[in-house]
Amino acid sequence: MSEINITVTVNGTKINANVKPEMNLLKFLRSQGFYDVKCGCEMGDCGTCTVIFNGSSVKSCITLAAQADGGTVWTNKGLGEVDELTQKLQKAFVEHGSIQCGFCTPGMIIAGKAYIEKGGKPDRNEIKKAISGNLCRCTGYKKIVDAIYDVAEQMSK
Amino acid sequence: MSAMFKLVGKPAPRHDAWAKAKGDQLYSDDFTMPGMLYGKALRSKYPAAIIKSIDTSKAKALPGVHAVLTAKDVPMNVEISKFGQMKDVGGGFEGLYKVLADGKVRFKGEAIALVAAETEELAEEACRLIEVDYEVQPGVFDPEEALKPGAYIVSSDEGENESNLIMESHINKGDVEKAFAEADVIVENEYRVPPVDHAYLETEGGVAWVDDNGVITMRVGTQVLEHYRTIAKVMGLPQNKVRNMSVPMGGGFGGKEDITVETFLCLLANATKRPVKMVWSREESLEVHSKRHPEILRYKTAATKDGKITAQKVEIIMDGGGYKLLTGWVQMYSTVNAPGCYNIPNVKVDSYSALTNNTPSSANRGFGCCQANFASELQMDELAAKLGMSPLEIRLKNCLRNGDEICTGFIPQGHIALEEIAKKAWEGLEATGPKPDYVDGKKIGRGLAIGMMSYGRLTFMHDSSRVGLRIELDGSVTLRAGVPDLGGGQASVLCQIVAEELGIPMEKVHPYIMDTHLTPLCGTTTATRQLYMSGNAALVTVKVLKERIIKKAAEMLDAKPEEVQLINEKACLINNPLKSVPFVQVVGALSNDGVELFHEGQFNAPFTDVPNLHDMKGRIWPDFTYSAHAVEVAVDEETGKFEVRKVVLCYDVGKAINKNSCEGQLEGGCVYNQGYVTENMGWENGITKARSFAEYLIPTAVDAPEIETIMVESGGGLGPYGAKGVGEPADNSIAPAIVNAIYDAVGVRLKEMPVTPEKLLKAIQEKNK
Repeated sequence: MSEINITVTVNGTKINANVKPEMNLLKFLRSQGFYDVKCGCEMGDCGTCTVIFNGSSVKSCITLAAQADGGTVWTNKGLGEVDELTQKLQKAFVEHGSIQCGFCTPGMIIAGKAYIEKGGKPDRNEIKKAISGNLCRCTGYKKIVDAIYDVAEQMSK
Repeated sequence: MSAMFKLVGKPAPRHDAWAKAKGDQLYSDDFTMPGMLYGKALRSKYPAAIIKSIDTSKAKALPGVHAVLTAKDVPMNVEISKFGQMKDVGGGFEGLYKVLADGKVRFKGEAIALVAAETEELAEEACRLIEVDYEVQPGVFDPEEALKPGAYIVSSDEGENESNLIMESHINKGDVEKAFAEADVIVENEYRVPPVDHAYLETEGGVAWVDDNGVITMRVGTQVLEHYRTIAKVMGLPQNKVRNMSVPMGGGFGGKEDITVETFLCLLANATKRPVKMVWSREESLEVHSKRHPEILRYKTAATKDGKITAQKVEIIMDGGGYKLLTGWVQMYSTVNAPGCYNIPNVKVDSYSALTNNTPSSANRGFGCCQANFASELQMDELAAKLGMSPLEIRLKNCLRNGDEICTGFIPQGHIALEEIAKKAWEGLEATGPKPDYVDGKKIGRGLAIGMMSYGRLTFMHDSSRVGLRIELDGSVTLRAGVPDLGGGQASVLCQIVAEELGIPMEKVHPYIMDTHLTPLCGTTTATRQLYMSGNAALVTVKVLKERIIKKAAEMLDAKPEEVQLINEKACLINNPLKSVPFVQVVGALSNDGVELFHEGQFNAPFTDVPNLHDMKGRIWPDFTYSAHAVEVAVDEETGKFEVRKVVLCYDVGKAINKNSCEGQLEGGCVYNQGYVTENMGWENGITKARSFAEYLIPTAVDAPEIETIMVESGGGLGPYGAKGVGEPADNSIAPAIVNAIYDAVGVRLKEMPVTPEKLLKAIQEKNK
């Protein structure tokens, strides 16, 4: 099967690579060393692979790498170096004890960022709905909601 | 001991929190090595079959395939699993571990062959080219059927091939039959509880390689570093030639307690002399790794008309699935916890476990305890309803108190706070306002359940833990501990304890963890034991160094050692803090004197003998943690759907060393076993129907209730500073509280989980007929 040449800007760096047509964006990102994008199910069910693609949060396991050609991808790690909202979320996750095993954390922070950027308010029920596509088995979600609520409150002031 | 803690009791961010928040933390799948191959297992298509022959020639001939292994290539294919215990326990406790199927296949998805190839796709292709000639067998899928004479025999291995019985155990206290004859009221029920998947978000995986010195080294996510010993036996190597450098896990919950990828990786790395990676897919993880034991529990309870329980008779049948694994140990937990957390004069428990052709059952957070707790707490509620008592009243009337003995005659040494926490949970829920009849057209109900679960391993396993410390010349500290960190903060809390004792900031203690060649062995991250065992080991170790430092500081301050304390990176006089010397100067002085600035200490749990399984008596665990959950649910009477609206949970945690971590365990455990009520593996004749998270539905953020967490700190635990363990007890008593609340809402009590909308609707309709 012939490979496709794609160019994707990931965390501000342009990457050119040949990929198989069936390769998903998750596998592509990880093959390029972006290990903060986690693989939890590869079926779009768990949200650990959530990234920002062309401005929207997507599950990278159900996005084809080829679809990303010419596009822009940001991961939690990349955003943490440049984006103030992501930095605030990362800090809030640390301080509220929202992180246990940490495997869902990068995707969860992206989901929180997407919620707040869309104008999401400090409202526990709305936050829960916004992160309901991101599973966490450790925390019971309470402290994750606490952290996103805290940042949403800071941003709405 | 000074009650003035600097760090203990605070919500300290863990040492690894920032790395995890920023995405810097690496997990088992996040390593690649030069020349790395990909491993894959060929898995059985059938739950019960005889393997007549395996032809690997086509797979071996595929270019890019470097190894194809079957059972005959494994130096010792069948071994007895040990789990880091320091004592050979024997009997039914130590389950047979088989690397690759030979003879009979015992469950669907059992590994039959291993492949290492240049790419994942090639490894999958090679698996497809392996030809297995199966003779399909009828199998047996119900543990009661499996125990009947003439049942299909699951195993073809010596010692297991005459009967499917894994173990039976019994408790006899007083005279239950006499109590039943004299009872005012008797409640009799059968309960059934399902298998549960751990559903950690990181599946099983890792990398193994042979290092420059010929040491087989693996970097995997495991709760049990000490499996390197079993792996060495399987490989036919000395134990010091196998090294386990584990990585923090993306969740464990007991599912990474048995060996998962380790032996597969080591065999493939050894065969190819190249690094090999293997990571299980979600589907593979759901199908093949061990689950929580499904159980049938039959209860008969006698009480007086004023609600005092006089007898509890319980029969338990456990489904062990295709391999014993930890069934014998789990059975201890179900059996001894069967009567519930109550003071009952007459108790009889008979438990039996059986091999079947289902996915094997083994450790899952709660470890046999939450099955028994579910049944005993529904039984209590029915008794209360029958006697016209409130759920709180019946529990207060019967719950264990300090000085009471449990069903084996053992009197727990730790504080028993059941009365206090049951009240606090129930009154906390009542304080949220009077119960409405309906909200948004849904019927509201409230329920209560309480529980007890041990922390620390079975005492007959003679458990121990070790921690190493080295004080550096700049006053920082290196902590070395073989403590597998699955996300509960197992390593971080050790740093907190050491920092507290030395009077230095937590950031000055650096943990190096999980490396069997370099870290003292801490034992398993299982059985809610790390804070208790390794926390105490850290404490005994740091106290040795602290004594040396204080002695030297006293010399330098011209004082007596008992007049000196370590605080704010200084040694100072307790009565005159201004008279002080910097910590780092004392360290320097000790170094000049040639005094050792390192120490490795060990903590031993209490040791007992293996109990007589026909009449279990005495101490089985070090101590217990007590729980209470008060729950409000809303039930849609038209559809049978229900939601958990509120939970007030209350635990005596002894001492919350890290407040955030401790609350996080309690809240996480609560939602974990909220899932117990509804999660559905969909087992049918050995086939797992739930093959993704779209089918195996764990609670999402929207399902999770608003939780109020109340921690009582009695100081009455056996851990450091009087702490108790909470990891597993955290998921006790929530599931029965939910089902009891459903009863309160709609008047039907479902005695079989999962509680699906279909089952609940049917029960509501039948009641309303």
